[in-house]
Amino acid sequence: MDLEEKKIILQTTALSVGYANRKAESKIAEDINFSIAKGELVGLVGANGIGKSTLLRTLTGMQTPLNGQIIINGKNLKEYSPFQLATQLSVVLTEAPASKNLSVLEMVSLGRQPYTNWMGGIADDDKKAINWALQATETQALAPRKCFELSDGQMQRVAIARALAQDTPIIILDEPTTHLDIYHRAYILKLLKSLTSSTQKTILFSTHEIDLAIQLADKMLVMTSEKTFFDSPCKLIEADHFAALFPKDIIDFDAATGRFTIRK
Amino acid sequence: MQTPHTFRLHFIVLFVVLFVLFFINLSVGSVSIPLNEIFSIFLGKGASKETWHFIILQYRLPKAITAMLAGGGLAISGLLMQTLFRNPLAGPFVLGLSSGASLGVAILILGASAFGGFFGTLILSQWSLVIASAMGSFLVLLAVLAVTFRIKDTMAILIIGLMFGSVTTAVVSVLSYFSDAEQLQQYIFWSFGSLGNQSWQGVLILGISFLVGLILSVFSSKSLNALLLGENYAKSMGLRIKRTTFIIILATSILAGSITAFVGPIAFVGLAVPHLVRQFYKTANHFVLLPAVLICGSLLMLVCDTVAQLPLSEFTLPINAITSLVGAPVVIWLLVRKRKLFF
Repeated sequence: MDLEEKKIILQTTALSVGYANRKAESKIAEDINFSIAKGELVGLVGANGIGKSTLLRTLTGMQTPLNGQIIINGKNLKEYSPFQLATQLSVVLTEAPASKNLSVLEMVSLGRQPYTNWMGGIADDDKKAINWALQATETQALAPRKCFELSDGQMQRVAIARALAQDTPIIILDEPTTHLDIYHRAYILKLLKSLTSSTQKTILFSTHEIDLAIQLADKMLVMTSEKTFFDSPCKLIEADHFAALFPKDIIDFDAATGRFTIRK
Repeated sequence: MQTPHTFRLHFIVLFVVLFVLFFINLSVGSVSIPLNEIFSIFLGKGASKETWHFIILQYRLPKAITAMLAGGGLAISGLLMQTLFRNPLAGPFVLGLSSGASLGVAILILGASAFGGFFGTLILSQWSLVIASAMGSFLVLLAVLAVTFRIKDTMAILIIGLMFGSVTTAVVSVLSYFSDAEQLQQYIFWSFGSLGNQSWQGVLILGISFLVGLILSVFSSKSLNALLLGENYAKSMGLRIKRTTFIIILATSILAGSITAFVGPIAFVGLAVPHLVRQFYKTANHFVLLPAVLICGSLLMLVCDTVAQLPLSEFTLPINAITSLVGAPVVIWLLVRKRKLFF
């Protein structure tokens, strides 16, 4: 345990997420409470349809919360203008960029938009940030390539590079490891881990790789149909919260290895 | 990101070609006027024949300028729509603007018999056609903008634009069914499109609308670049989606609406030019694409107009047919060669 109090950078209290229109609201998950400190890597796990993406969309301001508060860097999310929020929080989404005609360099450069002038001109600062982002994700060699020429693993690294170029204290990734093989899944998660320790960025990612997340994440958010738990992976295992993730008829959680096994 | 600077050579070549084509366009027609005579008219020395002086200054120069404004403006609105809707098939008229203009003109020409003699005489003036089509596209524009304010989903706006188009086309069909042959012919002639017979006053109004649309487009370019990543990413980089969508649609409407009002519905240019430009400019940066599309659109329209004049003959072909006849094979050839259609 760290002795010094770490700075809380992303916090929710009694947060409910879901969809609302004039007539009705459909709550997907409620009473979500967590406090993420600066420099922490946090994995968000839960079954399909439990509301992981809805929670992330709410945290990134793409969707309004039904109830409760989201505090980012000491200020309520509601009080941020889109532009201010863009300097606090960057995202890596499951969707590919709409245009496949973008080159890798162009895509990463777009991450500088909150800082560039109306013409999007790239100044020396921007160049530095872009080069660093390419370096950190080992994508320099890809820079002149077009997005449609990349493999899934390369594309994911480029998407992370774009978020890094945006130079925000918080990065939120929605399932960054889908469609990747085991090597690249581990590669991406290790990359996120090393970024949190080397840059003190706070990274929150959702994933289905529960065993990998348990090994790497500082904290984890476990969404079950009753409640959302937030703690370090060890304590979550001790409290047996992972077992509550899924129905128990087919798979079991093995606390000793931190992975699910199929019932024979 | 590649800047306009990277493509300096491309732009210089394009400007030279545009310059040359501009003078070739002025020189050909039912009367062929030598290039050196055109230069001396521009230098204020006058031509060796008084009629040449008149033809150039009162007919061909406004026509050439109209062609460049129309080609450039339609190409820009095509680019804006393709990026906004992230759809390579989008063009300046996806929101139903040309159908709106057609409806305005149809009501004026085909509905005139219903209103009797007063309107009948009004039709004779060129301005009434311009006003009718401007009002038609303006009404559709207002409807689309009203929808834009209410609806979050950009794709829904696209579908609604198409629906507006269908409804207005249907009304035009009903009007045509009940009108007589002469009026129908007049309407069809309008729909062929025409760059000629523009007064300098008309060119000025077209030029001003063009400039307003162009300025709005230039100021939207950074947002357009962000939209290349998709709406959610654009939003996460601080873009106000609704405001941006509104400005882009407004720019398109001003450009495509005013052009349709003055020269009629011109097919093809708006859809095809952005694709042509993307084949030669290996970038997605709108600060490069926008000027490139503008110049190429002007270029294509000048070429089409030159062809439509059928040099050395008395005839002029409908410009709307020529744009497709000249342009479509070029696009097909390019796509077959490169096999890729991106936006």
